[in-house]
Amino acid sequence: MNPEKVVFGFFIVLALTLNFGFFVGDIDNPDHHHVYELFAVVVVNLIATVLKFGDRSQMGAVLLATSLVAILQLLAASILWAMAVHGGGDGLTPTVTASIVSLSGGALLANVISVVLLIIETVMLRR
Amino acid sequence: MDNIVFLFLRRMRQPLLTLISVYTVAILGLTLIPGEDPQGNTWYMSIFHAFYFVSFMSTTIGFGEIPYAFTDAQRLWVTLSLYAGVVAWIYALGTILSLVQDKTFQRALAERSFARRISHMREPFYLICGYGETGQTLVRALTDRGQHAVVIDSNEQRTSLIQLQNLRDYVPALSADARKPLHLQEAGLPHPACAGVVAVTDDNETNLKIAITSKLLHPEIKVICRADSRDIEANLASFGTDHIVDPFDTFSMYLGTAFHTPCLYLLQRWLGGEQNTRLEEPVYPPDEGLWVVCGYGRFGKAMTARLVKEGLQVVVIEARPDVTGAPPEGWVHGVGTEADTLMEAGLDRAVGLVAGTDDDTDNLSIAMTARDIAPQVFVVVRQNNSENQAIIDAVQADMVMHPSAIIADRIRVLLGTPMLHQFSFLAMHQDDSWACELVSRISALVNNNVPAIEELLIDKEAAGAVCQAEVSGQEVKIGEVLRDPWLRDRTLPAIVLLVQRGEEYLLLPEEETLLHTGDRLLVVGAKGVFSRLQWNLCHGPALQYVKTGKVQSQGWMWSKLAKTSTRENEPETFLVDDKE
Repeated sequence: MNPEKVVFGFFIVLALTLNFGFFVGDIDNPDHHHVYELFAVVVVNLIATVLKFGDRSQMGAVLLATSLVAILQLLAASILWAMAVHGGGDGLTPTVTASIVSLSGGALLANVISVVLLIIETVMLRR
Repeated sequence: MDNIVFLFLRRMRQPLLTLISVYTVAILGLTLIPGEDPQGNTWYMSIFHAFYFVSFMSTTIGFGEIPYAFTDAQRLWVTLSLYAGVVAWIYALGTILSLVQDKTFQRALAERSFARRISHMREPFYLICGYGETGQTLVRALTDRGQHAVVIDSNEQRTSLIQLQNLRDYVPALSADARKPLHLQEAGLPHPACAGVVAVTDDNETNLKIAITSKLLHPEIKVICRADSRDIEANLASFGTDHIVDPFDTFSMYLGTAFHTPCLYLLQRWLGGEQNTRLEEPVYPPDEGLWVVCGYGRFGKAMTARLVKEGLQVVVIEARPDVTGAPPEGWVHGVGTEADTLMEAGLDRAVGLVAGTDDDTDNLSIAMTARDIAPQVFVVVRQNNSENQAIIDAVQADMVMHPSAIIADRIRVLLGTPMLHQFSFLAMHQDDSWACELVSRISALVNNNVPAIEELLIDKEAAGAVCQAEVSGQEVKIGEVLRDPWLRDRTLPAIVLLVQRGEEYLLLPEEETLLHTGDRLLVVGAKGVFSRLQWNLCHGPALQYVKTGKVQSQGWMWSKLAKTSTRENEPETFLVDDKE
């Protein structure tokens, strides 16, 4: 039992699950996508990215890359949300909600790849 | 570069995680705790505003409570997250600072930037391993001549010394162990512009390793190595080191030359000396009688061997025969700085004294004591440290042996004017009167300073006019080229020492010798002479002037005009003739 691996795996899977949770629902209905969940997704993705620092293998490099992609999309979604709600516009219209959710969808795909790589690594290195 | 980035990211994990968690908890708390506006309505902070607030709170900027004054519950929460947030930021910044100041990190950065700078070099450079006395003298000599150098030394203090010195050129320096091939590769060993490797560290094994590495990684490169003993010399020669310089052997060779052919010795010292130093006076070491040698280290052994070979009687004074080995019979135990030891060795009867210990103070003391006892004795002093130049000069020894200077001079000649090496070799086969004549010719050229020596190549780039003249069928003689382009009746104060034509060498060519394209000339002259010599070689009209004395017209227009005006002039003279 490697505690480091437990924590690593935990956060990566948590990032994916939260992201999926946020994404699911009508793409243009703001009631289906709670902002706190977006907040949680951003935080957990950041933690997962930081945990991936410093791994110099090929696998580690690709994992870091996927995390960075996810962070990029999530930050874009957060900025959109902030501008919509606080930018003096119409609030969360269906259009804006659709944009936010589709960006998080992109991050979701990146997280899926991340988890798939984690599984591959685990299967290949099973002891 | 990847090394450094990964190191950085790895070290930043802890601080970043701390920061993220503190921010998260603080933001969450702020959004959940209800606030009250002045009218009494409840309001909740949004995540965005909470993020904004926590940011300026944690970085101790503190704009104020937005958008309304906080309730007590909110303030309590802010207090807690304030302490956590500020500490988290300081932790993160502190880690960044300590990482940047980390010696390993800095060294990794320095190595990386050094290697990159070397890979961008386009002009030929020499790699000097070892920046002690010899290395410093050599680098200064090379940069003064406009050649480029790269330095590698294991001692950090020495490499950082370069930044303080006033060198003419920028010399990249790396503080690393030169025995590791990786560092030599970083310093540019495999680089095509690397013209030579000079191994002048204090340690023979290191020099050996550097020579081997160079010959293996870059076989065509010129490798010059310092050696202190015969075995190391043989070892170095066995795998093809181009030049091996042993200062003690070299000096004993100088002494041998000085015994038999003092003019030749003087010639070699004058030509091999550093520019702008005073010319040495001739020395006449006595070649019959008793010599006292103080110190039986490497230098003492080499001197004793040479003196015995010349048929002289030698008495050695050595304080530590267990370390140096037993001197030949009749030796005296002691340092030589006291008068009794010198008297016991027979200084009152001696004709020569060698102060050859490895301590400058001892050597000076020996020399001064000896002068008191026997003022007419011929004194040879060994100088170990160039910082003591002033006092060594003051003691006015007849000959001074400075190992670093000897090595640096020889290597400088090898790297700068390799033809001089060949010239010295050829000159050794001539007799002393030839050398004396040349010495007097050279002393007529310059006032009191060492003359400048240059190698000139006769090719299209460096001597275009000569090549042009040869193509058009004219003959160019050496004597013509040595005339002053300002007034052809004057000769330039320069002497052509050697002409290399393919494999042939012409020593002290006559004035009638012809110049051909592809020749290499070794010329010695006063400092300002080379620019005028270059005029003769490069500039067509200047060459024509010194050859024929006529000033050739330089432009096409003028030459046309000149032709038409001579045609106009002709009828005039005809008439004049008619009248006559």
